[in-house]
Amino acid sequence: MGRASGMRSGKHRVWGLHLGVLGGLGVLQFVLPPYHLGVVTRILLFSTYALAYNLLLGYTGLLSLGHALYFAAGMYGAGLPVYYLGLEAPQAFPVGVLGSAVMAALVGIPALRTTGLRFSIVTLLFGQTGYLLTLYFNRITWADQGLSLPLQVPPVLRYHLALLLFGVSLLGSLWIVRSPFGRVLVGLREHEERTHLLGYDPFLYRWVAHVLSGALCGAAGAAYALLFAYVGNAFASVLYSVYPLLWVLVGGAGTALGPLLGVALVTYAVEVASGLTHAYLVVVGAALICLIRVFPQGILGSLRKRGGRWLP
Amino acid sequence: MPSPGLLALALLDGTTSGLLLALTVVGFSFSFGILRIVNVAHGEFFMLGAVLAWAVVTATGSFPLALVLAPAAVMALAVAVDRLVLRPLRYAAQPTVVATLGVLYVLQQLTLLLYGPEARGVAAPFGATVEFPWFGYSGYKLAVAGLSAALLAGLGVLLRRTDLGLMMRATRQDPEMAVALGVPVERVYTTAFALGAGMAAVAGVLVVPVQQAHYLMGLDVLLLSFVVVILGGLGSLGGTVAASLLVGWMDSLVSLFFTPTLARVFTILVVALVLVVRRGGPWAERAE
Repeated sequence: MGRASGMRSGKHRVWGLHLGVLGGLGVLQFVLPPYHLGVVTRILLFSTYALAYNLLLGYTGLLSLGHALYFAAGMYGAGLPVYYLGLEAPQAFPVGVLGSAVMAALVGIPALRTTGLRFSIVTLLFGQTGYLLTLYFNRITWADQGLSLPLQVPPVLRYHLALLLFGVSLLGSLWIVRSPFGRVLVGLREHEERTHLLGYDPFLYRWVAHVLSGALCGAAGAAYALLFAYVGNAFASVLYSVYPLLWVLVGGAGTALGPLLGVALVTYAVEVASGLTHAYLVVVGAALICLIRVFPQGILGSLRKRGGRWLP
Repeated sequence: MPSPGLLALALLDGTTSGLLLALTVVGFSFSFGILRIVNVAHGEFFMLGAVLAWAVVTATGSFPLALVLAPAAVMALAVAVDRLVLRPLRYAAQPTVVATLGVLYVLQQLTLLLYGPEARGVAAPFGATVEFPWFGYSGYKLAVAGLSAALLAGLGVLLRRTDLGLMMRATRQDPEMAVALGVPVERVYTTAFALGAGMAAVAGVLVVPVQQAHYLMGLDVLLLSFVVVILGGLGSLGGTVAASLLVGWMDSLVSLFFTPTLARVFTILVVALVLVVRRGGPWAERAE
């Protein structure tokens, strides 16, 4: 009985914490100066991207190095129709999401026949292929110059939409990982053979997780393209496949709020350091080394280990 | 269809770049197979070798001196990275990815601060051309191929015939058992890491006369390192050499038929498919 009520209060705490964080983010818009409003908007979109990545790395145990492919697929999927066909932003958004979901579904079929490090390399290669293709078709994509979309979103609306996307993704992914489906994913992460013996097909579950993750990445990419009215292939480069890994590992893999924390920390580390010196990445690099020495499992992962077991 | 002369030239050039690639990535393979870490900063050792070579040659005018000093400095740096970053993290897989990414940024950006954003090269120490029936080929490039092959062979002898090599192979197979049998595993880790970094630095020095030194050149190496290591097998010297040669040949042969970008796409997709089809292997279960 004590345990059941403990679990219930844990559940209250969990939902309370997340709604509190979202509420706090909602209040931020009244406090922040315009410049930082833009930064936090970006943080929210990249946090959505990181959440999608965490679904695969943190809960399914698959370390992908090619997720920029899906972010970029969402970006181009939404941006190109707007630029060339004159589609409106609300219709372009689902096109981007669908594009990246299809991409993730197709890439997942060969790539998920591997696991572990091979999966990382295969996804790295697919991601790199996507990047090279944006170069190859540069008459359409204008490669690294990028395309400016004929859209104008006021900053406050932009913030609201980004927060909406992040909020839905956060609660949605929390719901997914707590559902029976999410439990199977964690089971696969912890012990593939045992989960398989219980009758769950590892490939099928991983594939669905991969498609969900890809679609959510695409949503983040499409939102980025439409809200900031820009499409560029820098977002398809290997750097943008490494960023989510970095964000999630810094914040804590397999924690619900880790992605947000990781993105916020890394973004503001870059902001602060770039004010100090133009070779600001030196500072960021040194900060990363120190941080990971103090919190080897990411900040929230290490905190959870040190006593906050209820943290999701 | 390209002429036989062109094909032979492509094969020869592929061999040279393949051997150089093997020398560059063998350290990445060592850290993967022996230390069990993904050293994202490995390409920076290669880059530092090249940049330091430029510095030494500009200061003293002696290329052989650069060939000794630059790798020595990089090996000392690798020992420091091992002591200050990797060992405190106890070589855990995921934290070391973040930490070596930090090392990558620090090394790359310090180079940018001190050396600048320009690409700079040095003259080859000798400029003779060796005449083949269909074409002439740079004597320096042949020397590079020869020296790379000799160093790789030396590494092979070290692994097969010496106590240190035995300890390295034992650690690669089963670190716990190696500790139990009295192998100083931590010292083996440091040695393997520094040795690999030194090899990459040598490759960096050798490449400067052909392809200039630039502070971002380590990043290109990183992608190829992954490909080669996974194709060739973790910590396997023979596998690394074979996979590097394969990549070198594929790259130079495919570029005969397609534009460079499309050639890369083709190479990458073929490698990805090989990885998917050739499942299992000794390292599948060791991942993560």
